Amino acid sequence: MTTLEALHLRKDYRVRGSGWRAARLQAVDDVSIIVRPGETVALVGESGSGKSTIAKMLVRLVDATSGTVTLDGETIGQGRRATKRYRSRVQMVFQDPFSSLNPALTIRHQLTRPLRIHGIVHSAAEEERELLRLMESVNLSPAKTILAKYPHELSGGQRQRVAIARALAPRPEVLIADEPVSMLDVSIRLEILQLLNDLKLERNLAVLYITHDLATARHFSSQIVVMRSGRVVERGPSDAVILNPVHPYTQFLVRAAPDPKSAPWIVDPNRHLGHPEVVVSTENLELTEENTSVHWVRSWDDDAAVNTMLASLASAQTS
Amino acid sequence: MTFSQQELAEPDLSKSEPDLSDETGGRRIVRRGSWKFWVGIAICALFAIIAALGPLLAPNPNQTNSDGLQAPSLQHLLGTTNIGQDVLTQVIAGTTGSVIIGVVAGALTVVLSMIFGVGGAFLGGKWDEASSLLSNVFLVIPGLPLLIIVTDYVQSRDILVIAVVISLVSWAGAARVLRAQTLSVRSRDYVDAARVASESTWRIMLREILPNLMPIIASQFVFGALGAILAEAGLSFLGLGAPGGRSWGSILFFAQNAQAISLGAWWWFVPPGLCIAVLGAALGLINFSIDEQINPRLRTLAVLRPKAKRGGK
Ligand SMILES: Nc1ncnc2c1ncn2[C@@H]1O[C@H](COP(=O)(O)OP(=O)(O)OP(=O)(O)O)[C@@H](O)[C@H]1O
Ligand SMILES: [Mg+2]
Repeated sequence: MTTLEALHLRKDYRVRGSGWRAARLQAVDDVSIIVRPGETVALVGESGSGKSTIAKMLVRLVDATSGTVTLDGETIGQGRRATKRYRSRVQMVFQDPFSSLNPALTIRHQLTRPLRIHGIVHSAAEEERELLRLMESVNLSPAKTILAKYPHELSGGQRQRVAIARALAPRPEVLIADEPVSMLDVSIRLEILQLLNDLKLERNLAVLYITHDLATARHFSSQIVVMRSGRVVERGPSDAVILNPVHPYTQFLVRAAPDPKSAPWIVDPNRHLGHPEVVVSTENLELTEENTSVHWVRSWDDDAAVNTMLASLASAQTS
Repeated sequence: MTFSQQELAEPDLSKSEPDLSDETGGRRIVRRGSWKFWVGIAICALFAIIAALGPLLAPNPNQTNSDGLQAPSLQHLLGTTNIGQDVLTQVIAGTTGSVIIGVVAGALTVVLSMIFGVGGAFLGGKWDEASSLLSNVFLVIPGLPLLIIVTDYVQSRDILVIAVVISLVSWAGAARVLRAQTLSVRSRDYVDAARVASESTWRIMLREILPNLMPIIASQFVFGALGAILAEAGLSFLGLGAPGGRSWGSILFFAQNAQAISLGAWWWFVPPGLCIAVLGAALGLINFSIDEQINPRLRTLAVLRPKAKRGGK
């Protein structure tokens, strides 16, 4: 099985600046993420913090400005065929099941295409069997009727199951789920997340779960990476990040999951001072200030992503 | 999604409920055509049938007889012209000509705007810039004067030639509309999903994007046909139409030349004028209803009304 290792990812967008000059927008700034098989890593952060940009770089919908992505330490080339090979191992579930399925095509068509493209099936009988297997693995029944339908004839939850089935069709080893439940009704969110979790255990998938929601991030993932304005501000084992957030922004996020009965959770910008293991690269602690140079990393000894990153930072400084 | 502090600590999985959101009816209503659409289609079908049967119903519309400028009678249902041609026969023959012009020009407009609008937007980069430039240039060229110059210039003034010329000067607007829509469809998630599935560029264009452009392409066809029929009527009226004119516009031209209005020969100019107006309105209705399907802001009323009706049942 496969470990996805993304190191020092960076993405600059050229946007319209003032006057004639184009400005650069650093959507993602030096983010490293490692996802191991059978593990879920949650990527949380506010809107516009660059989460989707990372997801798109990881499935090569967007070219990274710099940084490397390796699968089991192997770099995979950029050509058409290499990208196809890469995508047969890394797949993605999109945020909005109402727009990620083509309204003009049947479910059968949309599930069959990846099976054929990636050479999973070689005959009609095999194809039928594989389709039914996929439908069963995402708990969609009756399979035959749903396969014949168009997306608008399905509910949001059913559509997202179809989208998950489509992502599973090439038999990937890494699954990137970009806010897979944020467009769904509250009552079915946990079902879908539970399905993703079961699939992860069944197929030993490495899952990157992108979300706004700290509660599900904590429940379904072993690690949490918190992003803000394109940078990682805090990362570590889920329980530690949620129960003892060090970065004021993380404290803010945790507090924002509201509970009217509990005492207000006080954001303490100096809490990091009591944690010598936290690397703080700037002294500016104002949470409200829009200063993009704020960059804190909570590093944990067992976090390979951080260690690799720190090691390379150190080597860059000495050389 | 909000969680209580307790849930934040341990989300309760047993609470999730069965999926009930299947019953959203909003989208189904949209798929049904409105009355505008069917009225428009019916009128267009009628004209199409007349146009197709034209050569049988009116084999020689220019045949003259001795009694000119007669009011409608049983023998000549729509009267005769000043040189004794039967107006009804002429109008039927004119229908054939006008409909051919509409269909040919509409089709050519669609082809051109697909090449320069859809193609440019889909390929992006240099292609997009070049085709945008071209369509912008054609957009700012004043249509009617160019039309007059070109029709004056070309040697053979066949009905087909005129249709081609009309669509050459008027495709740019359609190309702009299609370009905008292609850009919008191209950025939808399902196109990204197809790319993640490693679909080839051609398949993405033909299977993922094009079907979702169909309504707007249809509406551009209708719009192009409407514009061409009107433009041809205008050209013929100015005497620049196909000689031996077999279109509604050329009937109007001859009526004007013979001073039909001052002679009070209403049966000569009212029928072709009415035909132009009715077919134009029918095409407009089709276009409106397609617009309603595409444009959610126009759609709201149409969605609300059937719902209210349903509640009353
Ligand atoms: N194609 C693009 N061109 C220019 N800027 C872009 C582009 N795509 C994204 N951005 C910018 O990059 C930043 C990060 O966007 P991104 O979509 O990754 O945020 P996100 O964390 O996924 O937010 P959300 O939670 O709302 O989905 C935003 O400021 C956005 O405006
Ligand atoms: Mg996003």
